[in-house]
Amino acid sequence: MRHWIEKQRYIIDFTISSLLRRKVKNFGLLALYTLIVFILASTMFFTYSIKKEASLILKGAPEIVVQKIVAGRHDLFPVSYIDTIKKIRGVAAVESRLWGYYYDSLVSANYTLLTPPSNGGAADTAQSSAKITVVESESGGQPVKPLFELGGAVLEPGTLIIGNGIARLRNIGKGDYMPFRAFDGNVMNFRISGTLSSQSELVSSDLMLITGEDFRKLFGIGNSHVTDVTVAVNNPSEVEMVASKIRKRLPEARPIIRDEILRTYDSIFNWRGGMMIVIFSAAVLAFVIFAWDKASGLSAGERREIGILKAVGWETSDVIQMKFWEGAMISLTAFFTGVILAYVHVFFTGSLVFEPALKGWSNLYPNFELTPFVNLEQLTTLFFLTVVPYTVATIVPIWRAATIDPDSAMRFTGE
Amino acid sequence: MSIAIMRNSSLFFLYITSGAVLLGLLLVHASFSESARQENLEEKAKLVKMLKLTDLCLFTEARYTRHLSQADLNTAFQDHPLSLEHFPSGSFTQPPERTSERP
Repeated sequence: MRHWIEKQRYIIDFTISSLLRRKVKNFGLLALYTLIVFILASTMFFTYSIKKEASLILKGAPEIVVQKIVAGRHDLFPVSYIDTIKKIRGVAAVESRLWGYYYDSLVSANYTLLTPPSNGGAADTAQSSAKITVVESESGGQPVKPLFELGGAVLEPGTLIIGNGIARLRNIGKGDYMPFRAFDGNVMNFRISGTLSSQSELVSSDLMLITGEDFRKLFGIGNSHVTDVTVAVNNPSEVEMVASKIRKRLPEARPIIRDEILRTYDSIFNWRGGMMIVIFSAAVLAFVIFAWDKASGLSAGERREIGILKAVGWETSDVIQMKFWEGAMISLTAFFTGVILAYVHVFFTGSLVFEPALKGWSNLYPNFELTPFVNLEQLTTLFFLTVVPYTVATIVPIWRAATIDPDSAMRFTGE
Repeated sequence: MSIAIMRNSSLFFLYITSGAVLLGLLLVHASFSESARQENLEEKAKLVKMLKLTDLCLFTEARYTRHLSQADLNTAFQDHPLSLEHFPSGSFTQPPERTSERP
């Protein structure tokens, strides 16, 4: 065994010296290979982590959201439809949502304005680490002014609670005022009563919490309409059934169930999607070129080297072992370097390389740190996608070259 | 033994071993970070539940990329019938589920 190990070490010593004789070519190859592994690993880490995080965060999303569709587009939802939905067997609660977008021309950014639900989970939030509490003020049994408190910031008419991304973009904070142009051209000024935590930017960066009354005034929406409604179902296994009943009773309604929301995020950054296929095609193409370069034969210099080695007593198996180590060395070095750099890139630098592409044309982009959901399965997949094909591609042409006569190999001139 | 007189094979194995150890440490880091950020994840999940949110705030450049799961069925033609998708983020995402079905 010791003899075998020592032999392998000598072969490796020789292989490294041989690789260093063609420094430019081999370092170029190594750099390109590392880059491919880096891009593939970064993409894999980023997409897996964002999908996993989405599935954990969005598990609390509404069971069913019902929109009204007019001419294929999302339209305001008539309040009168709520009763129709309530009558469906299995429906536990129907709640309206008021939300929309506001384009701020000053910073060319889109905000999402949202009215907090009037009964938004007080029991749950009482235990929240963010110390968020929801207080409902009632008058005559009817909720008229939902108050929303966050770390002491109370949401009341004329105030806003803004996401951290907006605060950063506009450089504003608690106590500042923000002007809005309402639907009728009038300017409405809102005082900022607080900001949502920076920890929650992945879901709240562009959010603005506003009271329902202000929302209606700003966008000119009457009390007879809401943006959409959420439906809670008694039995989770009946969600599909309830959704199909809603579709049947309200043909212009479009129910979106929680599973669809989760599946939407499960397929985000899917390899078949736009840029992803471009990235993967480029990586695969580069890999094919590597493999082709190796598989299509050796350079004259390499042939001569093999010829000389065989002439001085190397056996065919020794030559194949040497080439195996050559492939393994390059691919393992590229694999470890590429994967480690990718991890640092995605989880320590906030995907610096992907950032410009992910930001797109938006000025308002969330600052978030992804939770590193990395496991052995991902690393194994990467290993088999990168190291194994290259190592195999290196050995196949060597088999042909290593079995030829040393004399004819050495006579081959020109490089 | 100093690095200058180490054999090439020793240097190679040293590099591979340190790479494997570092990768192992990163896996340990991932595992610890996952538990350390559990509270943060729960906070976000609670905010989603409380405000009845449906989407992540990843792309704010267009309404159908801001709320991917709520996008209507003809987002590709949002401005006029021949207005094809032109936002960069649209190239990273897919249409919401069941867009092929009738509303």
